[in-house]
Amino acid sequence: MSVGPLQLCLLFSSALFCVGLIGALSRSNTILVLLGIELMLNAANLNFIAFWRFGPNPAAATGVIFVLFSIAVAAAEAAVGLALVIAIYRHQKNVRLQEASQLKG
Amino acid sequence: MTTVLLCLALFTVAAAAVAMAMRNLIHSALLLVASWAGIAAFYLWAGAEFVAFAQLLVYVGAISMVVLFAVLLTRHSRLDFDREPETRGRVRLALFTGGAVCGVLVAAVLGTAPSSVPAAVPSLTVRQLGLALMGPHAASLLAVGVVLTVALLGGVVLAASARHSDPEDAP
Repeated sequence: MSVGPLQLCLLFSSALFCVGLIGALSRSNTILVLLGIELMLNAANLNFIAFWRFGPNPAAATGVIFVLFSIAVAAAEAAVGLALVIAIYRHQKNVRLQEASQLKG
Repeated sequence: MTTVLLCLALFTVAAAAVAMAMRNLIHSALLLVASWAGIAAFYLWAGAEFVAFAQLLVYVGAISMVVLFAVLLTRHSRLDFDREPETRGRVRLALFTGGAVCGVLVAAVLGTAPSSVPAAVPSLTVRQLGLALMGPHAASLLAVGVVLTVALLGGVVLAASARHSDPEDAP
């Protein structure tokens, strides 16, 4: 079976997505979980660019524009997530997910 | 052309995997920055230069700084855990889940017939991109601006809120 460049790009993004998923599920540090989620978002962006580049209709810039919006939303998400991490740290003096079991107190 | 893609993919995935497996948070954050730079190089390879520079500016420039400051602000002591017996089962479960998802994705990708690849690289100038953004996508551009503003203000409020509650507690 021949593997075209589109499939190589998709395999690349699948591998990146799985690395992010494993990191987000296995680590107990909140910052690393957030970074794993960022990796998964990046893998999704890779798919948009791959389909724009190798898809049947590259004249439409839809993939590129979607990735631009996605990067902006990911930046907002990272800012809010890290602010939440700092707020949690101020409450309980560490950033372990297992101990963040209270919303107030 | 394909070898460049393979090298980029190997570098990016390896940097991300090592970052997720490391115990030192600073090293993890720096390796993730390298991984994001690899993704920007992939965008350059694919011909989406504007997105590549946006990725460099936003991820390698801004988010990496925010992450590094968050790591430094929340660093407590040397007890960077993660090797306790209770978490081993979770690591195993996460590896199993990730492997299963990877298997499903790879099977789906390899099971699909390859499409015909267009011969020419699609050319998309910044002018075309700007016209598309300000023309048919102007409403979404405004919405993204509002979302960013509200999210950043919310982040500042969240990170600074504990400071405000302290004077109220004091008599």
